[in-house]
Amino acid sequence: MEKSRRLQKLSLMKIFKQSFLLFFFIVCFSSQIEGAIEIDLKNFSKAPKFLSEFGFFEDMKNQIPAESVHPYSLVSPLFSDQTDKLRFVYVPKGEKLSYVKNKVFIFPVGSTLIKTFAYLNKNGPLKEQLLETRLLINTNEGWKAISYVWNEEQTDAKRAIAGATIPTSFIDSQGELVDVRYRAPNQNQCKECHQVNKVMTPIGPKARNMNKVLSYQSGEMNQLLYWAALGWIDQKLDSTPISSYTDVNASLDDRARAYLDINCGHCHIPGGSADTTGLYLNLMEKNNKQLGIYKKPVAAGRASGNLKYSIVPGHSNDSIMLFRMESLDPGIMMPESGRALADEAGIKLIKDWINKL
Amino acid sequence: MPLFLSGTLFSAVHIIQPSENAYEDIQEALILAEPGDVIRLTAGIFYLQDSLSLDVEEVQIEGEGMDQTILNFADQQSGAQGLSVTSDNVTLQDFSIQNAKGDAIKVKGVTNIKFLRVKTEWTNGPSPKNGAYGLYPVESTNVLIDGCVAIGASDAGIYVGQSQNIIVRNSRAEFNVAGIEIENSYYADVYNNIATNNTGGILVFDLPGLPQQGGHHVRVFSNRSIGNNTDNFAPEGNIVGEVPRGTGIIVQANSDVEIFNNEIGDNDTVNIAVVTYGNETDDKTYYPHPKSIQIHGNKFGPTGYNPDTSKGELAQILFDLSGGNMPDIFWDGLLPISQLIFGQPENEKMIISNNGDASLLAIKPIGYMVPFLEPAILDINEFDGEISPLAKVEFDENF
Repeated sequence: MEKSRRLQKLSLMKIFKQSFLLFFFIVCFSSQIEGAIEIDLKNFSKAPKFLSEFGFFEDMKNQIPAESVHPYSLVSPLFSDQTDKLRFVYVPKGEKLSYVKNKVFIFPVGSTLIKTFAYLNKNGPLKEQLLETRLLINTNEGWKAISYVWNEEQTDAKRAIAGATIPTSFIDSQGELVDVRYRAPNQNQCKECHQVNKVMTPIGPKARNMNKVLSYQSGEMNQLLYWAALGWIDQKLDSTPISSYTDVNASLDDRARAYLDINCGHCHIPGGSADTTGLYLNLMEKNNKQLGIYKKPVAAGRASGNLKYSIVPGHSNDSIMLFRMESLDPGIMMPESGRALADEAGIKLIKDWINKL
Repeated sequence: MPLFLSGTLFSAVHIIQPSENAYEDIQEALILAEPGDVIRLTAGIFYLQDSLSLDVEEVQIEGEGMDQTILNFADQQSGAQGLSVTSDNVTLQDFSIQNAKGDAIKVKGVTNIKFLRVKTEWTNGPSPKNGAYGLYPVESTNVLIDGCVAIGASDAGIYVGQSQNIIVRNSRAEFNVAGIEIENSYYADVYNNIATNNTGGILVFDLPGLPQQGGHHVRVFSNRSIGNNTDNFAPEGNIVGEVPRGTGIIVQANSDVEIFNNEIGDNDTVNIAVVTYGNETDDKTYYPHPKSIQIHGNKFGPTGYNPDTSKGELAQILFDLSGGNMPDIFWDGLLPISQLIFGQPENEKMIISNNGDASLLAIKPIGYMVPFLEPAILDINEFDGEISPLAKVEFDENF
């Protein structure tokens, strides 16, 4: 554990050195950036009908962002029916983010997180398909969520107030064709996951979940250093990267907890929309019972699958958690929304973890 | 398409009829509604594939009658509820939710919620495949459930959890595992209801490990809890799965509960059971025993003639101790060890009075464990005492 941390620190130093030139380049470059955003994001009353009206993209179809909009990526992302996610962030010129350890960065008002869900179909004959683009806009009245669904021509995306159902197919990583009834969430469903103690908040961009190298147009660079170069954050953050749950070199426990944190921990956290159950799956939870070990369900109904406990150490097949991850029945499945398919890789990880507890 | 009519000066009435786009029509109206608006669903059946949600304050969703306006979720593809509400000052009235895949109506974390003449139902009868809860307000303050009907829930038909200031009245719960359940809640009045054909009629429960616990001040009065003899069909793992068929009222791990003027009878196992939380817990803030329970003025019908020994230990112990002569009222007698030895504080003692010719069995845990000692109290007069009525639950119902 200590060793891997030291290694991560070392490699970060290396990246820092490598990025030194790039760093200067960006500092010079960023000072020339002009905000090209066409909507007053701070005083945001009525959402535009079309995504293009914001001016976040230079090229909508190819998802090339405007100059002042920057791509980002997460170490451990949420499973969303195997979609590819193209993430971008806009921060008003000259503004800074604040950092609170273990929390999502505090973005200045006017910032926007942009996430396009797509099937890029890199492994097969299907064309790439942009499904929806979700925006989280930090207005004067707090974060607002809006979802835009792409048209068939893939030229623009239209606001979907009630969400949308998109029946489609995609090619998975094994090259297999998969059918899916993809659901773009409505505004209220966004809140289900993004609301803690009735306040909307982003979920992904925590320092620990951003601490990785990304390939930018200008070259490869650690994302935190890139943001520092943009003047958004200070260079030295006290943040250990979270394990990537796909990283086979990380410990099983770290991977499983990283997976549960990003996939479940935003609702299963005190103050979150699933706190009525007393099952807390966020990374900081230390109480085994609260984490589900030998914990009886509270309001699961038939979603208990006739099993007694959320997690029975050593016995994944007797664990409600796994049963609900595997289910496709809306009355049973977890997460409750945001997926129509099962996350096979996640299921395998949690299965291994429970079996070795 | 929804029609827009202006109601009062500040509110609008959005009228929605059943159609192929019913889901989009209703959900858009729920999101775009302004405080004060009414969403009116006309008579007919709305077939919905995805769950509905409301997060705008002061909105009323109304149908044209619980048997006229029906929201049918039999073909639901996504969402864990039929309808969920997360905003304050909401009124739901005069419609039905049928065959939701999970809970029928969940209301979480709100102040002021009214359910008036709403029905939730699973139409295929009792089945472990039915959703858990019918009417399901949780973590809320000022909850009014009036004139509602709940049928077929595989956990509780009417369930109020982790809430405070609660009124459940004039409602009917049948063919659920638990008819009406008040759980981990403070200040509840449950009256003028009918609970029949459930596994257990009315439950007042408290569970450990939750954000709100230590349920207290619950009045259960003037209800009819009759013939709750449906086999327990709760999926295993759920706490109500331990309720034996044929229980009228169960009080578990709550304090200050007053049960009076009810009619309780024709329940296969027992009319009233007062019990300790039976599972292990490492929650140090949790108190597992009931205390300050008052039972008076109830009218009991026959009970215990066909006890359900398949669920939990309650019925078996009762049967053994009573020699088959099952009582109306049962108390498991469990207390902290110090109280078993030195006695209970006066104000925590159970009072049972003026219940006609009701019979009782209360276990004496020490006697139960030590040979040759009396294992139980059978004389109901040992619990006689003066009733200290609990205060009425009141809040402004005209929000």
